[in-house]
Amino acid sequence: MTAEPFPSTAEAKLELLTRINRAIAGAEQQPLPPYPVSAPLSREAVLHQFEDRILDYKAAFTRVLAGEIVGAVAAALGGARRVIVPPGLAAAWLPAGLDMLRDDPPLSHADLDRAEAVVTGCAVAVSETGTIVLDHGPDQGRRALSLIPDLHVCLVRGDQVVQTVRQAVDTVAASVRAGRPLTWLSGGSATSDIELVRVEGVHGPRHLHVIVVE
Amino acid sequence: MSDHGGLHPAQPFPAAAREQVVKAQLRANLRKVTTTIRAKRANVVEELPHWEQLRTLGAATKDASLVNLSDRLLQLEQSVRARGGYVHWARDAKEARDLVARIAQAHGVDELIKVKSITSDEIELNKALEERGIHAVETDLAELIVQLSNDRPSHILVPAIHRNRAEIQALFNAELPGEGALSDNPAELAGAARRYLRHKFLTTKMAVSGVNFAVAETGTVCVVESEGNGRMCLTLPEVLVSIMGIEKVLEKVEDISVFMELLPRSSTAERMNPYNSFWTGVTPGDGPQEFHLILLDNGRTNVLADEFGRQTLRCIRCSACLNVCPVYERAGGHAYGSVYPGPIGAILTPQLLGMHDKNANTLPGASSLCGACYDVCPVKINIPQVLIYLRTEANLQKGLTAEALAMKGLKFMMSEGWRFEGALKLARVGQGPLVRGDAIPSLPGMLGGWTQSRDLRPFPKEGFRDWWKGRSQGTGPADVNAAPPETVQKAEDGPIPPQKKEGGQFDAEPPREDTL
Ligand code: SF4
Repeated sequence: MTAEPFPSTAEAKLELLTRINRAIAGAEQQPLPPYPVSAPLSREAVLHQFEDRILDYKAAFTRVLAGEIVGAVAAALGGARRVIVPPGLAAAWLPAGLDMLRDDPPLSHADLDRAEAVVTGCAVAVSETGTIVLDHGPDQGRRALSLIPDLHVCLVRGDQVVQTVRQAVDTVAASVRAGRPLTWLSGGSATSDIELVRVEGVHGPRHLHVIVVE
Repeated sequence: MSDHGGLHPAQPFPAAAREQVVKAQLRANLRKVTTTIRAKRANVVEELPHWEQLRTLGAATKDASLVNLSDRLLQLEQSVRARGGYVHWARDAKEARDLVARIAQAHGVDELIKVKSITSDEIELNKALEERGIHAVETDLAELIVQLSNDRPSHILVPAIHRNRAEIQALFNAELPGEGALSDNPAELAGAARRYLRHKFLTTKMAVSGVNFAVAETGTVCVVESEGNGRMCLTLPEVLVSIMGIEKVLEKVEDISVFMELLPRSSTAERMNPYNSFWTGVTPGDGPQEFHLILLDNGRTNVLADEFGRQTLRCIRCSACLNVCPVYERAGGHAYGSVYPGPIGAILTPQLLGMHDKNANTLPGASSLCGACYDVCPVKINIPQVLIYLRTEANLQKGLTAEALAMKGLKFMMSEGWRFEGALKLARVGQGPLVRGDAIPSLPGMLGGWTQSRDLRPFPKEGFRDWWKGRSQGTGPADVNAAPPETVQKAEDGPIPPQKKEGGQFDAEPPREDTL
């Protein structure tokens, strides 16, 4: 690395490490207890649990067979026409007649802001918590794509749904080690900051539609 | 601004609490939020039959990081740098805010956007930036409300919970340009904030965030949030600065799992909060292309150095302990006088300040020691025990006080039955002038400390001992449920000092179990 454009904090670092080492001198690490796991559910039960959790977040949920994807996506998009499509998402899954915004070359913030919806895939999903994890691979695109439009339609393959958070973290650990960012989505954006009244949708997409494909 | 930032309480807890408990709106709002979240939390925790094991693992995982802290931080630094990020070390609040300011100045920005971060409040970042002509815009709805009204946060999770919708309506109508007249509907108010902030998200060059967890092995940093303002700040600007307390580091990627299970259920009482963001240094073509991570001590090594108090550093700032605390519920977050309110604040603040701040040292007294905070803490910090431990520490710092003297007197009086009886008789006569209605609102002289934040009940006209004597001499009430002699003996062995009976204003309104 070339010379850092910011002043070095080497002196602070040295002092901090000294303080820490003095503070923990003699402390020993205890062995970690085992990771507790939930009793495994059947595939069908996992998918049911996932649906239940997604609906609980007031997000929309559809479960379809592979041949029905296009119809399901069209229904999920409703009237949205200007739709962002990540570079790696199969065009065959999208209904005809869309004004498709491919992020190649990268769209400007203003372009993103004009889009009405985005369609992405995902890396893994968790049934126990109703969470979708994006590792921003080619079918999901960079982070801004699934952030700015008001509607996010997310395609999840049935075999991507795992039961526990632990299984999901194990699944995406390789992506993290490769330096890829992660976004975990559990329902749409929400706030309860005013008198604890839940308001769906503040800054992120206000609507999330999850389509599970088998 | 002090080198340690927003930690110091301006006054001792009892005095601050006295000012706060009279605010009816504040107490009503707080009761609503704490009881609601409490009930919701219990439900989502019950869903996981192995919750206790998760807590144990969470605690052990944090402890393992703490006893290896210097190695973990060095590894974190290396990993972040390997991915194109910068890492800075800050001994105190002043160094941290200087770093942020210098980075901002290097980019010539006069405005930046912020994700809600209690660490940035701890270092009084906004004020420091403002003094240098840089305006920091809070983007979390509650933080925006607090900022626009020049207020202070009162809860870790819902910082503006002490304000009601009418106040927020008036505030937004005055402060948000071009919104027209807004109603007091929370959805409409949130919508106005959305429009106001969107332009800032899309155009601001630099953002500042806190950190929930950082992974030493990979250099990955995590921010957990609900509104999406976090994702906006972490993704759209060109430059991102994240400030983390050194205790936030974890060893490896897999370690984040247990905290993603523990934190949301304990905090917002959800199975998972809406958005979690993880990033590692700089990702070419995606997100900020310049990333700075500031590692902040600001007293954390003081806490670390105390083998017993060290567990405080496990805290993941979920706020579950606030929501169950009877003292917090009545006194409110502002009474703690520091950026860390509630039970966690009562132990963290004085320790961060090295037990040298006489106002902060009153905080461990702000507890009924009911133990509820320990039961809900996802990382099993034994807050009640730490409180007792710190009270001792604080007393050692103070030396011989009026209270210590009074306790000595009390011991002398109660060590002999006849002395105790005599004292009771005297007290019954002596209290006469102090009684107002059926309470003693304040005691004279050095005993005044007892009544600063509680009313006493007067001694009854006839005490148990007199009643008992009268009864055995046949002058008392009918002997229906005569206790066997050994029970009587017990009662005489350990009389409960009547002074301990707390009554009056703190108990005037018992908590109701509202639900949403
Ligand atoms: S002390 Fe425990 S319960 Fe309180 S905020 Fe920290 S982690 Fe949560």
